[in-house]
Amino acid sequence: MELNRRELITAFLGAAVAGACQRSAPRARIPGTLVDRAAEWGHALRGAAPLPRSAALQPVDVAVVGAGPAGLSAAWRLRGAGVSSLAVLEVDEAPGGTSRSGRNAVSAFPWGAHYLPAPNRDGGPVMRLLRGMGLVTGVDEKGRPHFAEQALVREPDERLFYRGHWYDGLYLRAGASPEDLDELRRFEAAMQSYAQAHDGRGRKAFDVPLERGSDDAEWTGLDRLSMAEWMEREGYRSPRLRWVVDYACRDDFGADASAISAYAATWYFAARHGDGVGSDGYLTWPEGNGRLVAELQRALAPGQLSTQRLVHTVEPVEGGVAVHGVEAGTQAPFGLLARRVVVAAPRFVAARLYAPWRSAPPPWLSAFQYTPWAVANLTVSEHPGGRGAPLAWDNVLYESQSLGYVVATHQRERVQDSGPTVLTWYYPLGGADVKAERGRLLSSTYEDWEALVLADLSVAHPEIARTAQRLEVMRWGHAMVRPRPGFLFGPERAAAVLPRDGVHFAHSDLGGLALFEEACHHGVRAAEEVLAGLGRPVDSWL
Amino acid sequence: MAEEAAPEAPAEIPALPLRRELLFITVLVIATCGLVYELVVGTLASYLLGDSVTQFSTVIGVYLFAMGVGAWLSRFIERGVAQRFVEVELAVAFAGGVTAPLLFFTFSGGAGFRVVLYGSVLLVGTLVGLEIPLLLRILKDQVRFKDLVSHVLTFDYVGALAASLLFPLVLVPKLGLVRTSLLFGLVNAGVGLWSTWLLEPLLAAPGRLRLKAAFLMLLLFMGLVAGERLTVWAEEGLYADEVVRAYSTPYQRIVLTRGKRGFSLFLNGNLQFAAVDEYRYHEALVHPAMTRAVRHSSVLVLGGGDGLAVREILRWPGVERVTLVDLDPAMTKLGTEYEELAELNGHSLSDGRVRVVNDDALQFLAHDTGRYDVVVVDFPDPNNFSLGKLYTTRFYALLKARMAPEGVAVIQSTSPLMARASFWCVEKTVSAAGFWTAPYHALVPSFGEWGYVMASPSPRPRVHPLPQGLKFLDDATLDTLESFPADMARVPSEVNRLNNQVLVRTYEEEWRRWN
Repeated sequence: MELNRRELITAFLGAAVAGACQRSAPRARIPGTLVDRAAEWGHALRGAAPLPRSAALQPVDVAVVGAGPAGLSAAWRLRGAGVSSLAVLEVDEAPGGTSRSGRNAVSAFPWGAHYLPAPNRDGGPVMRLLRGMGLVTGVDEKGRPHFAEQALVREPDERLFYRGHWYDGLYLRAGASPEDLDELRRFEAAMQSYAQAHDGRGRKAFDVPLERGSDDAEWTGLDRLSMAEWMEREGYRSPRLRWVVDYACRDDFGADASAISAYAATWYFAARHGDGVGSDGYLTWPEGNGRLVAELQRALAPGQLSTQRLVHTVEPVEGGVAVHGVEAGTQAPFGLLARRVVVAAPRFVAARLYAPWRSAPPPWLSAFQYTPWAVANLTVSEHPGGRGAPLAWDNVLYESQSLGYVVATHQRERVQDSGPTVLTWYYPLGGADVKAERGRLLSSTYEDWEALVLADLSVAHPEIARTAQRLEVMRWGHAMVRPRPGFLFGPERAAAVLPRDGVHFAHSDLGGLALFEEACHHGVRAAEEVLAGLGRPVDSWL
Repeated sequence: MAEEAAPEAPAEIPALPLRRELLFITVLVIATCGLVYELVVGTLASYLLGDSVTQFSTVIGVYLFAMGVGAWLSRFIERGVAQRFVEVELAVAFAGGVTAPLLFFTFSGGAGFRVVLYGSVLLVGTLVGLEIPLLLRILKDQVRFKDLVSHVLTFDYVGALAASLLFPLVLVPKLGLVRTSLLFGLVNAGVGLWSTWLLEPLLAAPGRLRLKAAFLMLLLFMGLVAGERLTVWAEEGLYADEVVRAYSTPYQRIVLTRGKRGFSLFLNGNLQFAAVDEYRYHEALVHPAMTRAVRHSSVLVLGGGDGLAVREILRWPGVERVTLVDLDPAMTKLGTEYEELAELNGHSLSDGRVRVVNDDALQFLAHDTGRYDVVVVDFPDPNNFSLGKLYTTRFYALLKARMAPEGVAVIQSTSPLMARASFWCVEKTVSAAGFWTAPYHALVPSFGEWGYVMASPSPRPRVHPLPQGLKFLDDATLDTLESFPADMARVPSEVNRLNNQVLVRTYEEEWRRWN
C-alpha cells in the first residue's frame, strides 16, 4: 500500500481522526504481528493445478466440513442424536470461525464475534445451548427467559467519544437539538411498533432467526430499499440519528446504511426485543463468542475434530460422498467416504468444494457478497480512562470509521477496574466494491494496522502509545455476508439452502445475516436433514 | 560603563537615576513572596506526606541551602545585572507560582513525588537566593553601604514577617494553597514588570522584558481563575484537621487526620470513622447480627481494614476465627502497626484468632471454601461502578454460598435519611438474592443517621444477650433500631444488578443534594 501515514489514516479512519491525531502523532513501535494464516491456506483452493487426492477413503457416517459456529452446531446436533461416526474438518489452526478467540497472560479475548443478544423467548437451539451452559436461571410468566447475572454485560456497557469527552450510551445526546431528539423518539417509536408487529398467522414481523419472522410483504418489502433510502423516505434527517443507524449497520452487517437492506437494519432494532420493551441485555465473556463455540465443541468425542485440514473436493460417488483434502502445511492428502456430508462453509467456498459446481457454477453464487474486516487485539498495561463517562464494555469513537473497542476484562469478577487489559478493536471495510476492499485488506501490513490502531485510539487516549504492550491483528477476508437490498428475500438464498446428493449446507450466510443465531440455526437444520437422511428419528431442536 | 569605573565611595552620592525608595518596596515584596513559596511547599509536604515536623524542617533546610547556592551563583553574573535581576524575578514568579499546582498534580500521579518536591524547593530557593545579592549590586553605587545593608535587610525581614502572618491567618483559610501559590507568583511577576520601569536606565531591552512579564502574568492569572477547579481537583481543603498520615496506594488514598475531637480516617476523601463516635457505628454494625447468629465460631469481615469491627467481634466469647478481607495491604498495615489506631482497635488485628487476607472481595468469595456463622460487610459507599459491584445480587449470591445455614450477615448500607432510595435499594437487592432481611439504623454524629441491613438465609430471632461493656447499645435500644420513622421509611426501588448498576446512579443523585 503506497500511502504515507497521513493518507493511510485518512483513507481508513477519516479526516477527523487524521486531523485530531496530527497534533499528538504517536509513532511508537508495538511488538506484534498479523495472525491470520487461513487465507493463504484457503487460497490454495484457487490454484490452477488440482490438489492431491488420497486413494484410500476412510468410511465415516457424517463428515462436517468447517468448524465455525455452523459446523460445530451441526456436530453438536448430530452428537445429541447419538451419531458416533463423525469427522469435523477445519482448515484453520483452531475451531470457531469468526467466533474464534485468543488468550494471553492478561486475559482471553475475542477474534471476532464477541456477544450474543440475550434471547427474548424460550425455545430453539440457542436457548438449548445456553441452558446446557447453566446460564438460564428461569423463565417468567410472560415466557421471557432470565439469565445468570455474571454472563450479562455489566454496566457501564457503552460510551461514546466526541471531541475530547466520553458520553454515556451510543446516542450523542450532548448538544442534540429538540429536532434531533424528536426524530430519535419518532424512530424509536417506529422500531418499537415493528418489534411488536405480528402477521395474520401470529408470527412476529421480525424474529430470530430471520426465517421465523413473517414473510408478509408488508415487512419483507423493506428489503427492496437500502436503510439510507428508507430513512430519507421517512424524513429522518438528524445527523445524530443517522450516525446511530450507520453505526448499527456497520457493527452488525459491516457496511453503512446506504449499502444495507432496510429490512436487515430494521431487524437489528426490532427482532431481538421481546415486546419492544427495550434491550434485554447481551451475553458476553472475556473471549466473546469463543465461549459458545467451546461449549458446542464439548459435545464432540476426542478425535472427531481435526484442524489444519483443507478439504478441496466434496463429490457424490457410488456408495456415498467422497471428501478429499490435504493437511495444511504438509500437503499430505487424506480422504473420507461419508454417508452424508455437511458443508458448513460460506457459499464461495461451497461452490469450489462441491465438484459438480466447479464446471457449472451455481446461479446464486454472485448474490452472496462478503465484507472484509480487520480485528486487532491490543494488550495495554493500564485500563484506558478519559474525561467524562467511565470506561465501558463497548467504547465507540463518534468521528472515526473504526467501530471502537471492547474491553476483554469488563466481565471479570473483580472489584478493581485497573491494571492491564486487552482492547479488541474492530474495523469493517464497508465499501460498495467488496473485491476492492478485500484487495485493500490483504495488501495491508502489520505496520499499517499498528499506525491505524494507534492513531485511532490516541485521539481519545493520548497515553495509548506508552501503555501498549502487544498488538495482534487478524484480517478476515470474508468476515460477514452482506445483506444488500434485495438479497434477504431474493430467490438465491432459498436455492442455496437445498441439499444435493447427500451433501447438506450450513452457514450463517444462508440466513443472510452473519450472526451466531443464524449459524446455529442452519447448522442444526442441516444436521437434522442428515439425521432424516440416515433414517434416524428426529425430534427437532429448531 | 568602563569610563565610570572611577573612584570607590565618592564623598557625595551622585544624583540618582533610580528611585531607590521604591526599590526597597520591591525588596519587601520579593521577601514576602519568597517566604510564602517556602511555607506553601512546607505545608503541602506535610499535608500530602504527613509528619509535619520532618516535612517542615527538611523543606526549610533545603530552601535556605538553595538560597545560599543562589547567593554564591550570583558572583558569576558579571554583565547586565539589572537585566538579569528582572529575569530572575520572572523566573521566581513562574517557578514559585506553579509550585503548589505542580506538586498536587504530581502527587495524584504518585511516583517520584519527593524528587519533584525537593527539586522545586531547590529551584525556587536558588532563584530567590539570587535576588538580594543582585539587587544589592544594583544599588551599591546609589546608596552608602551602611544604609544599603540596613535598608535591604530591614525590608527583607519585614517582608518575612508579613508573609508568616498572612499565610496562616488569611491566605490558607481564604485561598488555599494552590491559589496562594499562583497569587504570589502573579505578585512577583508584577514586581518584575514594575522593576522594568524602576530600572529602566540600566536595561538594554525593557520592552522585551515587559512583554515577557505581561505574558507570564496573563498565564498565572488564568491559573488563578481556574484555581477554583484546580483546588477541587487537587482535593485541597478536604480535611479540616491536621493530616498525620497519608498514603496513596494502588487502590485508594488513605488519610489520617487529628483534630480537637481525636483522629479520623478518610479513604479517597470520604470519612470512614472519627475516633470520637466510631464506637456507635461499630457497635451497631456488629452486635445486632451477633445476637441473632446461633454460633459465632467463624466470622468473616469484608472491608474494615481499620480493625474496629474486629474489636467488637472479639468481645464475643464464642469467636474462634475471624477472617478479615481487605483489598489494600496499606490499610490493614495501618490498622496493625500505626500505634494510635491499633490502640483504638484494641490491637484486634494482632489477635491470634484473626487472619488478615489482602484480596479482592469478589475474588475471595468466588474462590474461598469456608462457611461463616457471621459475616460483616463494611465496604465504602457505592459511589462508583467498581464499588457498585459489591452491592449487586451477584455479590450477595456469592456471599450466601459462603454462609452457614443459620448464619447472619450485616451490610453497611449508607444513610437511610440522606440517601433513602439507595438504602432501600440495598435492602431490596439483598432480599432479591434470597435472604431474609432486617434493616435498621443508628445515629452516628460524624456520619448522620446511618443504615444497615441484616440478612440470613432464613428468619433469625435474637438468641443472645448483648455483651458487657458496650458504650452505646443496650437491649432496650436494640429494639428501637429497627423502626423507621416516616422520613426514612421504605420506598419502592429496583434490584441492583451487575448489568444495571442502578444503585450507583441513585446514590449519586441522592448525595449530590447534600454536597
